[in-house]
Amino acid sequence: MRFAIIQFGGSNCDLDTHHALQDVCGVDTDLVWYKEGLGRTYDAIIIPGGFSYGDYLRAGAIAARTPIMEEVLAHVWAGRLLLGICNGAQIGAESRLVPGTFTINSYPKFICRWSCIRVENADTPFTSSYREGQVIRIPIAHKEGRYIASPFTLKELNTYHRIAFRFCNREGISTPEVNFNGSMEHITGVLNKQNTVLLMMPHPERASEKVFGSDDGRGIFESMIAHVEKG
Amino acid sequence: MKVPIQITISLKEGILDPEARAIQHALTDLGFPTEKLSNARLFFITVEAPTEEAALSQARQMCERLLANPVIHRYAAEVAR
Repeated sequence: MRFAIIQFGGSNCDLDTHHALQDVCGVDTDLVWYKEGLGRTYDAIIIPGGFSYGDYLRAGAIAARTPIMEEVLAHVWAGRLLLGICNGAQIGAESRLVPGTFTINSYPKFICRWSCIRVENADTPFTSSYREGQVIRIPIAHKEGRYIASPFTLKELNTYHRIAFRFCNREGISTPEVNFNGSMEHITGVLNKQNTVLLMMPHPERASEKVFGSDDGRGIFESMIAHVEKG
Repeated sequence: MKVPIQITISLKEGILDPEARAIQHALTDLGFPTEKLSNARLFFITVEAPTEEAALSQARQMCERLLANPVIHRYAAEVAR
């Protein structure tokens, strides 16, 4: 089993994510510079957080059009896992791996804080180590994280259980006060049709060990590992 | 022929624009209340094409593939006079 983390110029959560996967979860993980190309097949790819291309044009827009993303799309078409975290989610949405987009927060500032999110679908390769409705504590750090989609898309996402996470309070109730970026329907984690792509704004790698104040995020990596092990 | 083109990218009607809202508030504070305020991004591009229509077609493809995000944006491309 081998995972890859793609590093773009401006990625800055690449090493944290590598530590969480390699050192905490014990899965062999390569750091891949986007210009080098993938070079081999991987069981899972993670696009980490950061500010690829300085967020020029729109967060993720330019990284989404780099040649390595064609390899990433081929990886997804082959049914293998892709996790996009924060800037990785923006890049994934710009690549149209899931419908909708992540844009400027309703209060248009960078937010960095703890958030609670509710697991809406625990029957996916990314969430199987949680139970449905479980509230997990994971930090957010972004300026362009407000999820927007058409009413038709929102309906489809709800119908087919493609919403992985919603912002909520500690009791698991979604209110405007805890929807820090103003996302539609409090959504902050979206799956593709096959449940093989998860794009999320919160940073699970920053909540992967107790010493960080929460290890709730580790379950995402552990779920992915369990999915690959199962074959 | 070299065709100068102006591309305008703006948010679709109904999409919340927090920056425009903040600017509108600031203008109100300065004594300029406004009924409506929105902003747009302009690109000035010159392309080599056989006709103006071909140049505009290229510009529209640029919008579809990179400059605009169809989920939230509308765009317009015109020959710059």
